[in-house]
Amino acid sequence: MNSGQDVPAAGVVARGWGWRHAPRKRWAVSDLDLRIEPGERVLLLGASGAGKSTLLQALAGVLGGEDDGEPSGELLVGGKPPAESRGRAGLVLQDPDSQVILAKVGDDVAFGCENLGVPRQEIWPRVREALDAVGLDVALDRSTAALSGGQKQRLALAGVLAMRPGLLLLDEPTANLDPAGVVDVRDAVARVLERTGATLVVVEHRVDVWLPLVDRVVVLSPGGGLLADGSPHAVLTDQGRVLAEAGVWVPGFPPALPARHRASGPDLLLAGDLSVGRGSRVEALVVKADIELTVAAGMTTAITGPNGSGKTTLGFTLAGLLPPLAGVVEATPELRGLQTGRHAGISEHPIRWTSRQLLTRIGTVFQEPEHQFLTATVREELEVGPRALKLPAGEIDARVDELLQRLRLDAVAAANPFTLSGGEKRRLSVATVLATRPRILMLDEPTFGQDARTWAEQVAILAEFVDAGGAVVAATHDRAFVEALADAEVGL
Amino acid sequence: MSVAAEGSRQVSPGKGAMRPFEAVNPVAKFGAALLLAACLVLTIDWVSAGTALLLELAAMPFLGVRARAFWLRTLAVWIAAPLTGLTILLYGQASGTVYWEWLTIRVSDGSIDLAIATALRVLAIGLPAVVLFITVDATDLADGLAQVWRLPSRFVLGALAALRLVGLFLDDWRYLELARRARGVGDTGRIRRVPGQVFALLVLAIRRGSRLATAMEARGFGGETERTWARDSRFGWREWLVACAGLMVGMISIAAAVLTGHWNFIVG
Repeated sequence: MNSGQDVPAAGVVARGWGWRHAPRKRWAVSDLDLRIEPGERVLLLGASGAGKSTLLQALAGVLGGEDDGEPSGELLVGGKPPAESRGRAGLVLQDPDSQVILAKVGDDVAFGCENLGVPRQEIWPRVREALDAVGLDVALDRSTAALSGGQKQRLALAGVLAMRPGLLLLDEPTANLDPAGVVDVRDAVARVLERTGATLVVVEHRVDVWLPLVDRVVVLSPGGGLLADGSPHAVLTDQGRVLAEAGVWVPGFPPALPARHRASGPDLLLAGDLSVGRGSRVEALVVKADIELTVAAGMTTAITGPNGSGKTTLGFTLAGLLPPLAGVVEATPELRGLQTGRHAGISEHPIRWTSRQLLTRIGTVFQEPEHQFLTATVREELEVGPRALKLPAGEIDARVDELLQRLRLDAVAAANPFTLSGGEKRRLSVATVLATRPRILMLDEPTFGQDARTWAEQVAILAEFVDAGGAVVAATHDRAFVEALADAEVGL
Repeated sequence: MSVAAEGSRQVSPGKGAMRPFEAVNPVAKFGAALLLAACLVLTIDWVSAGTALLLELAAMPFLGVRARAFWLRTLAVWIAAPLTGLTILLYGQASGTVYWEWLTIRVSDGSIDLAIATALRVLAIGLPAVVLFITVDATDLADGLAQVWRLPSRFVLGALAALRLVGLFLDDWRYLELARRARGVGDTGRIRRVPGQVFALLVLAIRRGSRLATAMEARGFGGETERTWARDSRFGWREWLVACAGLMVGMISIAAAVLTGHWNFIVG
């Protein structure tokens, strides 16, 4: 009873399996024939929309019943339908915040055991063993809210592990983490597999993270069935280019970088003795003090550092959305627009500007596009900024049409922004800001959790903006992004 | 080692060091507040409310609530009580001598009596309810509701997990505010923007909620299996004592009102 080794690994069998979500016409997965032997470690790849998450949820038995969708064919976990073998498969999802269930670490890990009806005297040893296996060395009554993203993911893994599953299912478990968190979670999974010998199926865009751990790569085809299946080396060699084009980060196939025409321009924003931190102004915890930086036209500045280091706060402070804890953020006459003579009265502190004055000077793109959507259609969304500037109707239409086309949003112009795909939401959130032609663009984690295609699009749009004389400030922990674009880096 | 001893004591090493009242099952505290309130809503008179209030204030030092926390948490009650009293004073049923009259306002002997009785009553019911709950941990309460009161675990645990999302919603709301400023619509119409922001929050809430539901289901929540409980929620002599204390305060107050002839049954 002191380890999970007495739990046999569970294999997977799919025979002509498919699933269609209730209101949709298209099958999310169809004609899937797949056999995964107990103890195998599989990396599951495929373009967005190929049904990777649907398959994982089906294996975990959480797809729901007849009300939620229609199945076809047969799917077995450890020889039984997933719904009949609860607890045999354990699923860890992408978003760390939405997986924490209870307020204390110990209680959260125990939750799954309770649901499976494990006797109380057996639960607590399992909890301690699971926390030990994932390397989460905190007190059982530690508040789950106080954990970092990487710790929360390891907590979720421990919660699943305490249920003693024979099949471990991971759905992009590291997509929302900083590089240190990614390694911690990956190593925790490696340790768990070594101890338990459980079968692994992991979905992840970033192939290099999991390559050391997996012995097989399966690629789902968006049209149904499999695109490829075999050893990692064979599949990535044969299918590397196709996968890269579908948005998978394949080692050796980096996303295309745009051609650059760099030219630096005048200074726009100066920060001196600036302090940033967490919490309110009254009760602030200063994370970094004495920050000095200059934002100039034609230049990209990357603010880097681990999650929780104050990157977003610094970005928002520079962007005139938050007041500095200490020190100043000063707009140069160039940014204020003094040489045109039309804005003689405008303050040199962006935080004192009106919302409208910000529009043509500093635009901010939020990490979650949903936070900044205001209207019911993509077109109206793009019109918000220009309307606030009281531009003539003809000018508004011209700008909106141009952006719709340039950012490939014309096909969804009438759609509700909340219903767009992840990549489209990203493009729209950048487009809404570009519509008012700000001199500086501030982006918060612009490449968080993105596939390689959306990533490359985003980099291309920003490169174009900077080369045309704009300035970009980006809070990011994405090394590839920094290397592709940044001219200066501020490490927190 | 008994099954019971393997319970919450092991998870929360701090519990042994807690003041005894904090360790009392939240369900008992809930019950005490409820019993007391049930007694006090039967009558409107200043004697019963005043008696209850005096007994409660005498008991406060034993409940282990720090002065600062006490005043901060009960601030709303202290503000609500005189306001309720004032309303009754001005608009309450008039009887006896009328001292002042203006439009629909009538201050009379009767309305003064009622105002005092009501204000005291708000304090006598509100203060213990708030104080009893300061020391309650949401997880302990959920354990108690499900294990002692046998409420359906699906409902109790669902509510408990949803409670944890409140913090995330507050963050969302802050981001929504900042985003309005960034989008150029933050200068005017703060009130007018609220419905739009609420809608956006709702969309985000539904999304977070369904992700949480999937995560819970993936851990076997809502299955057919009879659930076990990692933490034992017990209802022992301490719990009975607390519940009885609540009832006693209520009964003594009623007795005081009856004996002094101030009993004023609320119906009729």
